[in-house]
Amino acid sequence: MKLTLSSSPHQRVKRNTSQVMRLVILAMIPGVIAQVLFFGYGVLIQATIAVITAVVTEATFMQLRGKNSKFALNDFSAILTALLLAVSLPPLLPWWMTVIGTFFAIAVVKQLYGGLGFNLFNPAMAGYVMLLISFPAAMTMWLPPFSLTSIQPDFIDSLTIIMTGFTDSGYSTDQLRLAVDGATMATPLDSVKTALAQNYTYPEALNQPIFSNALAQSAGAGWAWVSLAYLAGGLFLVKANVINWHIPTAMLLSAAVFSFILFIANSDAFASPLFHLLNGSLIFGAFFIATDPVTASTTDKGRLVFGALIGMWVIIIRTFGGYPDAVAFGVIIMNMAVPLIDYYTRPRTYGHTAKNARKQ
Amino acid sequence: MLRSTDEIIADLKAGKCSTFTGGVHPPDEKSLSNTTDIQTLPLPDKIVLPLRQHIGTEGNVCVAEGDYVKKGQALTKSTHPFAVPVHASTSGTVVQIGPHVVAHPSGLSEACIVIEADGQDEWTTLTPLAHFRSLPQQTVVEAICDAGISGMGGAGFPTHIKTGNSKTIDFLIINGVECEPYITSDDRLMQEHAWQIRQGIDVLHHLISPKAVVIAIEDNKPDAIKAMQIACQDKPEYLVVAVETKYPAGGEKQLIQMLTQREVPRHGLPADIGILMFNVGTCFAVASAIYEGKPLIERVVTVTGRAVRQPGNYWARLGTPVGHLLVHADYQVKKQPTPQVVMGGPMMGFTLSSMAVPIVKISNCLLVPAKGEVNFSEQERACIRCGACADACPASLLPQQLFWHAKAKELDKAQSYNLFDCIECGACAYVCPSEIPLVHYYRQAKAEIRLEKEEKSRAEKAKERFEARNARLIREKQEREERHQKAKEAREAALATKQQSAPAADSSPAKDKVAAALARAKAKKAAQVHSNQSTAPDNDADKKAQVAAAIARAKAKKEAAQASDSQENSADDERKAKVAAAVARAKAKKEAAQANDSQENSADDERKAKVAAAVARAKAKKEAAQLNEDSVDAEPDTHSQKIKPSTDTSSVQVHNAESLSAEKANGHAPANVDKEKRKRIAAAVAKAKAKQAAKRNNSEAE
Repeated sequence: MKLTLSSSPHQRVKRNTSQVMRLVILAMIPGVIAQVLFFGYGVLIQATIAVITAVVTEATFMQLRGKNSKFALNDFSAILTALLLAVSLPPLLPWWMTVIGTFFAIAVVKQLYGGLGFNLFNPAMAGYVMLLISFPAAMTMWLPPFSLTSIQPDFIDSLTIIMTGFTDSGYSTDQLRLAVDGATMATPLDSVKTALAQNYTYPEALNQPIFSNALAQSAGAGWAWVSLAYLAGGLFLVKANVINWHIPTAMLLSAAVFSFILFIANSDAFASPLFHLLNGSLIFGAFFIATDPVTASTTDKGRLVFGALIGMWVIIIRTFGGYPDAVAFGVIIMNMAVPLIDYYTRPRTYGHTAKNARKQ
Repeated sequence: MLRSTDEIIADLKAGKCSTFTGGVHPPDEKSLSNTTDIQTLPLPDKIVLPLRQHIGTEGNVCVAEGDYVKKGQALTKSTHPFAVPVHASTSGTVVQIGPHVVAHPSGLSEACIVIEADGQDEWTTLTPLAHFRSLPQQTVVEAICDAGISGMGGAGFPTHIKTGNSKTIDFLIINGVECEPYITSDDRLMQEHAWQIRQGIDVLHHLISPKAVVIAIEDNKPDAIKAMQIACQDKPEYLVVAVETKYPAGGEKQLIQMLTQREVPRHGLPADIGILMFNVGTCFAVASAIYEGKPLIERVVTVTGRAVRQPGNYWARLGTPVGHLLVHADYQVKKQPTPQVVMGGPMMGFTLSSMAVPIVKISNCLLVPAKGEVNFSEQERACIRCGACADACPASLLPQQLFWHAKAKELDKAQSYNLFDCIECGACAYVCPSEIPLVHYYRQAKAEIRLEKEEKSRAEKAKERFEARNARLIREKQEREERHQKAKEAREAALATKQQSAPAADSSPAKDKVAAALARAKAKKAAQVHSNQSTAPDNDADKKAQVAAAIARAKAKKEAAQASDSQENSADDERKAKVAAAVARAKAKKEAAQANDSQENSADDERKAKVAAAVARAKAKKEAAQLNEDSVDAEPDTHSQKIKPSTDTSSVQVHNAESLSAEKANGHAPANVDKEKRKRIAAAVAKAKAKQAAKRNNSEAE
């Protein structure tokens, strides 16, 4: 009788890569719902465009590389990348920009580096940064939350504006961004940054309509809710053991600490920690972007360093840099430092003295 | 740095114990097999006992095929410290001693003793040592060794080596953790034989005298904990401690860390930090060996998995084929599309290639999973660097980095990430979402590194050998050149002396050489003269003369060689003399052969040849005799003995030569006289030979 041979261990945990990816997608649902509620259906359309592009690109490249494309698609990593990129994009971004960004993320950042597990940079963020640099105007054209707009595009409007640049009734994205009072609405981060640049004080900057009708005085309307929804999803991921607590905690804590130092130093010129935490993509980035296993540090100590430094970069760039938000830049910068961090944060092996933990 | 022993004991008494980093919680599946009593099996027809069932070396077989052996009789014996004997697990006849497939992942065969059971199951005489406390320690340790006991938890380290340890031991840890899923053999053993385990602990306690005994059991075995507590209640220094259920808590290093927060240093042993650990099964075996005199011939084996109808624990004799056990547990093999038998647990066990594999001392479990019961990795995916493996690793390694380097065959880098600190527990591969068989990669890398090291050491040895040879060749060449140089100088010196016609004081080797050279020259000249004389008349005569001349030349050469060598000591002389004798014998033979060749020519020729051969033989004999003499009374000043008589066909010359050599042996003959004589002799020989040859030619012509 022939007995089957295999290598130990013969038991395995049932969660595989594809399940991990699907859990992350699942955890994004509350945030996406919040985005739809406050910013319209655009995000869903962007997600669809991005997913289709990602799947086609991934399959094509796997085929070109002579690999099993079905097997690769099965792991849901391309779909997750597409979704992460899609929710970061302005909801009414022209469709071809989304396609370019997604193609860049999958083809160049992921596949050209060797596919899943070999990419140096976070594909979604690299795609986002590429778009931001190439199309700065379009990439900062965020709609204000529905509560503040005069015209609220429905699904068809969103679709046509993404596909053609105008709604059925002939409005452009720019026109949709007009607030009830006729002023162009920017994102909370953008509003404060602009106001501060115009020598307003931080409390004065918060007097803009985008901060009215919000959770807290410094939280942008809608934006804070979206952040909190992603926080819920992120906490679920930590609880489900899909991601470690180290990176999100370190990143949020460090952003809070650095912004607090600045805020304490001059509370007129610098925004409060709460403002930084609730606006923009800090929370989303901390739980969904920086924790991308492939491009993050892999040791516990390294994860703390990695997260903390991203938090620091976010505050620095938001405060002193040219862009209103900086999570993508922070992540990309720290992606480059991962091999170094990993090297210097090797844990002490059992039975070794602390000295020869690194050097042996 | 280390917490004091008393602190640790206080903590353990309070039920506090630490944990180790990493670890996983696989479903334990122990309820499959831990609810029924340990059952006994019917006697198998055949018992296959591998000679080596432990870490270390195998003993020498002390039975032969056809021998009748009794149950408990030792089959191997050894004085090697790392060898423990193997005993017959039933009575019967040894039918085969040879290779048989054994319990090893490779599925390879090893030397085994096959016993055909006679069904009597008759014990050999047993010698219990129940009064071990009054015996010298050495006797008890020897008894443990003779009982063939090696660690029964999995590693199979010879127990007597641990018990014979001379270091101060703080903690004697009894490992009843049994952290592998499915396995319940230790659990059942503790539940049913707690008292015997306690007796074994008593013996070990007596031998090791530690400050405390800690009996560690995972908290998922409350019945075993209770049983052990009851068995040890009269001994306050025996602490029964419930430890957290987490795989691999039963690993030696991990358990030590949990209980004492001490870490076994790398390249070190637990004894280095004052700890010795024994498995509960080993304690049971020690108790049997000491209190009953029974050697280790059976153990508890868990047969479990959903492919058997009657999972449970069985007393299995060592050497019982796996198939025998599975049949009795009602293995539903027909229902399995891909039958698989794992020896050991699902985390660290290995799959067997054959049902004929025998149970050995370390076999604690047979896992026969039904279809879908264990998760096979269908296809390995790319590593997504999630780091789940690093979180699970109990040794705080970075399994992922090890994997990259092992896969890329960057073996030095893998080593720099402490590959050899991996205990192969399988926790990393268990959690890997990409289903990468990580442990397999590590094993391969380790094997490759070991192979590389072996090859390196082999290459180094070869290099050493080569260099030594080169050095020797160079040395020999130098010596030779030196010798030649000396000979040359001596020759020149001799020439100078001769020119000055100053009498030499005594016979120096140089002079001998000069004499030999002169003789050679003479002989050549004589031969030349002779050949000139007998040019046309006869070819045969010419040939003869040439032969004679050649002989003379050869002899002269030999003498020269001997003379040059005569500076060396007597032992060397002896060897040289022997060589010379051999040369002479060879020469004689050749001459005889020549004689045979010339047989066809004429009867006369034949006679001549015979004479020549006889002479040669005689010469050879004499030389040999002389050599013997030389070697018998080898004096410090033996160099002059080396001069051989330049004997030839006439007996007179032989006599002359003999007397000459005698003179020379005495070493007092004046050199020039000697030289003169030898010159004359050589010339006479050559002349005589030439004459004789001419005469023969003439007679032939007539």
